[in-house]
Amino acid sequence: MDKPSKSNIRIGFYVCHCGSNIAAMVDCPAVAKYVETLPNVVLSRDYKYMCSDPGQELIQKDIAEFKLNRVVVASCSPLLHEHTFRGAVEAGGLNPFFFQMVNIREHDSWVHTDKAEATAKAKELARAAVLRVAQHKALEVKKVPIHPDALVVGGGIAGIHAAMTLANAGKKVFLVEREPSIGGHMAKFDKTFPTLDCAACILTPKMSAVGTHPNITLLSYSEVTKLDGYVGNYTVTVKRKPRYIIEDKCTGCQDCIVNCVYKEPKFRDEFNEGLGKRKPVYIPFPQATPQVVAIDPKTCLNFRNGELTNKCKKSCVTACGEKQAIDFNQQETFLDLKVGTIIITTGFQTFDAKRMPQYGYGKYPNVYTALEIERLVNTSGPTGGHVVMRDGKTEPKSIGIIHCVGSRDKKTNRWCSRVCCMYSMKLAHLLKEHTGAEVYSFYIDMRTPGKGYEEFYDKLLEEGVHFIRGRVGEVTDWAMSKEEMEEGKLIIRVEDTLAGYVRRIPFDMVVLATGMEAQSDAQDVRRLFNMSCGSEGFFLERHPKLAPVSTFTEGIFIAGACQGPRDIPDTVAQAGAAAAEALALIDKGHIEQEPNTAYIIEEECCGCKSCLPLCPYTAITFDTGKKKAVINEALCKGCGTCVAACPSGSIVQNLFDDDEIFSEIQGVLAHE
Amino acid sequence: MSEQWQPRIVAFFCNWCTYTAADLAGVSRLKYAANTRVIRLMCSGRVDPQFILDALAKGADAVLIGGCHPFDCHYAEGNYKCLRRFQLLKRMLKDMGIEEQRVRLEWISAAEGEKVKRVINEMTETIRALGPLGIPQKFAAWDQEMEAFAAHVEAGEALKTPCSAHAPQQEPAHV
Amino acid sequence: MTTKYSYFPGCSLKGIGRAYEESLLPVFRALGCELEELEDWNCCGATAYMAVDEVKACVLASRNLAMAEQLGHKELLAPCSACYLVLNKTKHYLEDSPAVRGVIQKALAEVNMTYSGQTPVKHPLDVMINNIGLDEIKKRVKRPLTGLKVAPYYGCQIVRPYATFDDQHDPVTMDRLLEAIGCEIVRFPLKTRCCGASLTGTLPEPGLLCAKIILAEALKRGADVIATVCPLCQFNLDGYHHNIEKKWGPHRIPTVYFTQLMGLAFGLGERELGLHRGFIPMKPLPAPAAAGA
Repeated sequence: MDKPSKSNIRIGFYVCHCGSNIAAMVDCPAVAKYVETLPNVVLSRDYKYMCSDPGQELIQKDIAEFKLNRVVVASCSPLLHEHTFRGAVEAGGLNPFFFQMVNIREHDSWVHTDKAEATAKAKELARAAVLRVAQHKALEVKKVPIHPDALVVGGGIAGIHAAMTLANAGKKVFLVEREPSIGGHMAKFDKTFPTLDCAACILTPKMSAVGTHPNITLLSYSEVTKLDGYVGNYTVTVKRKPRYIIEDKCTGCQDCIVNCVYKEPKFRDEFNEGLGKRKPVYIPFPQATPQVVAIDPKTCLNFRNGELTNKCKKSCVTACGEKQAIDFNQQETFLDLKVGTIIITTGFQTFDAKRMPQYGYGKYPNVYTALEIERLVNTSGPTGGHVVMRDGKTEPKSIGIIHCVGSRDKKTNRWCSRVCCMYSMKLAHLLKEHTGAEVYSFYIDMRTPGKGYEEFYDKLLEEGVHFIRGRVGEVTDWAMSKEEMEEGKLIIRVEDTLAGYVRRIPFDMVVLATGMEAQSDAQDVRRLFNMSCGSEGFFLERHPKLAPVSTFTEGIFIAGACQGPRDIPDTVAQAGAAAAEALALIDKGHIEQEPNTAYIIEEECCGCKSCLPLCPYTAITFDTGKKKAVINEALCKGCGTCVAACPSGSIVQNLFDDDEIFSEIQGVLAHE
Repeated sequence: MSEQWQPRIVAFFCNWCTYTAADLAGVSRLKYAANTRVIRLMCSGRVDPQFILDALAKGADAVLIGGCHPFDCHYAEGNYKCLRRFQLLKRMLKDMGIEEQRVRLEWISAAEGEKVKRVINEMTETIRALGPLGIPQKFAAWDQEMEAFAAHVEAGEALKTPCSAHAPQQEPAHV
Repeated sequence: MTTKYSYFPGCSLKGIGRAYEESLLPVFRALGCELEELEDWNCCGATAYMAVDEVKACVLASRNLAMAEQLGHKELLAPCSACYLVLNKTKHYLEDSPAVRGVIQKALAEVNMTYSGQTPVKHPLDVMINNIGLDEIKKRVKRPLTGLKVAPYYGCQIVRPYATFDDQHDPVTMDRLLEAIGCEIVRFPLKTRCCGASLTGTLPEPGLLCAKIILAEALKRGADVIATVCPLCQFNLDGYHHNIEKKWGPHRIPTVYFTQLMGLAFGLGERELGLHRGFIPMKPLPAPAAAGA
């Protein structure tokens, strides 16, 4: 046991019950009683909710009454409430850093099952904090100005909405999109559930508003390749991929497309999920924003070798005429942007249905993915909205829709993709409307949580769509019997769990409701922006409930399906939230930075230069005159790597200095 | 409290990945052994080998360090610096006769609450099997031994050297 | 250079499925691999054991695993699907269940044996595709089986529950292998559907129906022959034509081991490959008259 100190340090200790969250597993009064016996502690209390107003006021009152000059609160994670209590301490008239927090909820009461053990742990952690806080020094918060411009990465509906919100608030926004046009997945959809308003009708005005907004700089066909700096002062490098068209000169007249040497479209049209064809010079879809064509060097004859090049008559250049918008020599260019805040809205990809071969996608031509059907029922789609099968002429008379393809499945993705039940019903409705076919929906559970969603389900039931509860076993072309009209059809084999038997139902067309998953390059994007991913691959929010659009990197926000599967209303709401968070930072004008930077005690530095190569931010330089290392605190981000390496112990990290940590070690280990 | 011997494990977790993962384990109400005491640092790069030695010297039976996965360090490369030091320290600990399982470095991302649970439980089992390290007790025993030895030397010196004027210069520990 | 594998034939390959062994050994030899049979192997633990007492079945299997480990070759080959499954299942149990591990270790200790779990159990298909490779196999082909239409039939046990080297629902390794020796693969959706073998002994009617469905579909899709990897499937699909014919009319199509087809492509004789043992004979190949019988 430590000897009581004679110093003038006066510590107040508070242990929070957090209702029963802590108190049920930790004997809070016992902890308070124990801490009272520790050196320098003049006051020790337990209280029901420390983070409540009365709890915070209690701290302030005690500081005045008992002349406290250090405060320790044992409650939840410091990542949640350290800020709150520092505020209370400051309001009580102390430097906010004369405070230490003990995590006895997330790290103790919630994870242990033996009350005696949990209480013992709480005592030791409290003792560590009490010893540590005695070493604390008064620190000042550093204020960093925020650059008012913002960057939005990803031009789907989330990015569009976030950019518009920021731009309408008068901020300059850069919107980076890697495809030739913004619009994302939503642009491919035909109608939206449950209102059945056409996706293009509600999206197109927003897209063109982005294209013409004076505050938005739209960088389509571009990708972010590098990020430097820190909150408020990011430098972003954007790669502009050559589209072989000078954007400013292209009017979107599309004469070049008409006059391409390929008279008929011949190449896979990505926008139509490969159901249609396009030419090497193309515009992804009629409402594309910007209204600028692009040339695909993989298919354009001009970029091919030998004889093929000669076959290109450059008729597009001729057609373009004096506009001179086509530039075959365009190169990749890089652009450096200065922004203060960043919103990531990079969206999702759909599950690759080939990963479930039992459903026969890619094997049986008339097995479709839901996204293909979206294009097939769309009036501006490859068939003009005429629903025909892959032979190009036969209308399906019976259609089976399989839910949860790549969702709720331990072998592929475990999560529910949230939108498939609803979009499957939307497609069921549309397919029935277009073809009059008998439509069957095979579901595990029908999930319709949303405004008007359950009503939509009711409507579908009335329309006569057949719903069968059961996970489909397989889709096969094996006809078991002629009587069942199975010959030449696709047969869905499923256990009808409501009827209680295995059924074989023949269909002309099968639709797979593929789930949503993180983009295949989400890990690269995550590293680029210094974010985290959850185990399922989506970007991780700072807190699932209380900070759903923030990340662990200050000034970088996330919105939409890059964070997890969600539908359009939720995506738009989140995009608005992310924009508001960014605005809050921008309008405040500055950000307060944790003063956990390192500095060098000049007289103790021996000039060995060990620290210099360790700093990833090149914050450490060498003063050749004095032969001492110098840390630029503006560049230091406070990792403490140099501190641990300094052989002479002459580097100190604020908030994490050696004395503080050694006393914490002593605290957790001192025997009772 | 259970009757079993409870090893004392000190853990140094980085703020961004492993500490957050431990928070996640809490939020997810995962249950794990109660004998690890976590000390939060901003980065595993801040883990000074002295912290580990100090913890062992003060009575820890084991030390766990948790940092971000390779490529994922919030500070770009602090975790590598940690790994480098860790490798050197392990050699040193081996020379000191401390079992290598007693000091463990794990990469645990913010999403891996489950891994926090697994690692802590595993480590508790491993250390329980190894038994106490007991360095403070050893220190006490050594001190006693040295005191006895010093007393012995002193007594001997006093007896056999008539000219004791030079004796005090000879420190016992030097012999 | 010869690669050596430990080889666990199991009872089938010495009895009803001897044509499998007769074709397997020369084919591997032609591919530069030597199979060294475990000296004192015992029942793999499938059949009745597994149904009555799973742990005892695992003990039986583990003795074979321990012997394979002792023999020292890197991998143990188990061509029979049932053996392959039971040996793998035992390995899984050893890894996952401390209780089963305890029983097995104790039993092995009685006979002074140990098993550390190092030797993996491999199926010949796995070895041919992933260890030897299609390029090597193509090099050995002397008489490509061009024009022979094959329905690839995998049965249940090599993909369920453990699908280690192929897709569980749509396995393709045998397809690729047979394509490499020139066969034409018919698209066969019943690749892993039950052949009925586990039923024919006790409930002949549904068992026969299972077999009939597979034969009928193979015929309907124009196959000349069904290729299989499992002695039980082979017997069930080949051995009951008489009964099937009585009930549903003739469904005559030969069922052979994939190794027999490979042997033919490698220029080995039909008799040498045990092709004379099938009830429904394969039609002679149209290729050069090098065929034996």
